[in-house]
Amino acid sequence: MTAQTSVDFRVSDGLRSDLGRWRTRALIVGVIGMLAMAAGLLVFHQPFQFYQSYLWAFLFVLGLAVGPLAWLMLQYLTGGAWGVVIRRPAEAAARTLPLVLVLFLPIIIGIPNLYPWAHPAVVAADRVLTHQAPYLNYRFFLLRALVYFFGWMFLSYYFNRWSLVEDRDGPAKAHGKMSFLAGPGVIFWSLSVTFMSIDWVLSLHSQWFSTMFGLLFMVGQGLTSMAFLIALLVALQARAPMSQVLTKRHFHDLGKLMFALTMVWAYFSYSQFLIIWTGNLPEEIPWYLSRTNGGWGYIAMGLVLFHFALPFSLLLSRDLKRNAKLLRNVAIFVLFMRMVDLFWQVTPYFYGSAFHLSWMDIAAPAGLIGIWLAYFFIQLEKRPLMPLHEPNLEEALNHGRE
Amino acid sequence: MSEPSASGHATAESAPAYGLIAEFQTPNALVKAARAAREKGYRKLDAYTPFPIEELTDALHLHHNRLPLLVLLGGLTGGALGYLLQYFVTVIYYPINVGGRPLHSWPEYFVITFECTILFAGLTTVLGLLGLCGLPMPYHPVFNAKRFALASRDRFFLCIESEDPLFERQKTAQFLESLDAKEVSEVAH
Repeated sequence: MTAQTSVDFRVSDGLRSDLGRWRTRALIVGVIGMLAMAAGLLVFHQPFQFYQSYLWAFLFVLGLAVGPLAWLMLQYLTGGAWGVVIRRPAEAAARTLPLVLVLFLPIIIGIPNLYPWAHPAVVAADRVLTHQAPYLNYRFFLLRALVYFFGWMFLSYYFNRWSLVEDRDGPAKAHGKMSFLAGPGVIFWSLSVTFMSIDWVLSLHSQWFSTMFGLLFMVGQGLTSMAFLIALLVALQARAPMSQVLTKRHFHDLGKLMFALTMVWAYFSYSQFLIIWTGNLPEEIPWYLSRTNGGWGYIAMGLVLFHFALPFSLLLSRDLKRNAKLLRNVAIFVLFMRMVDLFWQVTPYFYGSAFHLSWMDIAAPAGLIGIWLAYFFIQLEKRPLMPLHEPNLEEALNHGRE
Repeated sequence: MSEPSASGHATAESAPAYGLIAEFQTPNALVKAARAAREKGYRKLDAYTPFPIEELTDALHLHHNRLPLLVLLGGLTGGALGYLLQYFVTVIYYPINVGGRPLHSWPEYFVITFECTILFAGLTTVLGLLGLCGLPMPYHPVFNAKRFALASRDRFFLCIESEDPLFERQKTAQFLESLDAKEVSEVAH
């Protein structure tokens, strides 16, 4: 069974109708979620709850859009068949960034509802906040957010543009262009995600800080997007053209990356916990006290068991990683646990150790993910599902075949 | 490995050979041959190559062996020992109060527990691999094959051992020859 380069990589009619159906479903869920959120804000007048739920759900969706951008750049640096098969879905996910920027607007409006540094009276009364004021203020916060989004959208534009040129004119010029910016792009991604996590999450509390925080968000985005790409590829595999492209080896490789990130997540999370637990300092320990006591304690234990131990044990198996359906189930489960992790990170900032789950914590992710997915499927449809003149295309197609 | 004895010469002709070995010039030919031999029903067969060939593992169905289980057990033993070591030191032998933390401060035990798990699992991998392969092995009949030294240079060998229930000198030799082998020869014990 030798793969042919003559495979037509354009979205087949069967797949087009599938994508259309998925898009409609995602849109229905998204609109219902968004309407519920709007009702929460305007009818039930719960602005605080609205922004709190919206923030963590937005961070999840951001991982779905920005994480694939990081994988896209990384695969230009490392090469490998796994990178060729995720190129088009990753490019499509990066093209959703304008929508993500629109979805960010409510957070800008909600700054006074979320962040203590937005209130001059609070800042004046708190010495730490007063010190932080030159960094944490409206203008600089917005400027930084603008820099992150500008950088991400520029990278998305750049890699999508040259990818299109590569499809049209061959890789001679385009591939070098993309490889050239991949390295600096990954560095920008790691810095921007680090500062983003400090701005949007860490600044919810004035006293607590952790040098692991940026890394946790980087690995979180990487894991979220890899699990999403795996689940997507398994769904695409049912129809042409991907049914003629993907082999067990591709899923094995992608499964290994998801496995590695599961461990890195556990490693970073534990490192942060161990240092703070051992130090037991009054300005650090409350963060964990509120997240490991009461109802949050069960969630914390659930994260250890189901964000790490269970996927880790399952993904150890070579056979499971080569079984697309099983791998997809694990990937979807990992995506769910990513949401639980973000929920657990963000919500106790507002409620301390008292467990708090609102109906808006279900409406917000449903709304945001639904809308985002619908837009993502529109973007995915636009281009052939494999890069036509990728230099390693032949190798990627023969990966796992003889 | 039978001792050389007086009867050795007398029975030389009927003595069972170790097996039949076929020489191939390319890795692809070897993988094809290995797969064909598995399909034909041969189970006692092994391949010898100058470098690792990933497809060969599939062709010979070598994925499932007892090593992973041994490594798991080794790792669990190491983890348990590492944990108990710390427990005995910090709780029983030297119960020192450090900053008001409980003596049994299990969150702090993980690093050493983890390291011991890896250490023992790693050692079990090496020793288990040697044990399961039967190493060290000062004598192996396959080295009796004429051109076997080439297996570490540029030739690829497939050996069907005589212990295989389907092994019949004539038929098996014919079968191997039908697989594009460059040469098929018998391996003496």
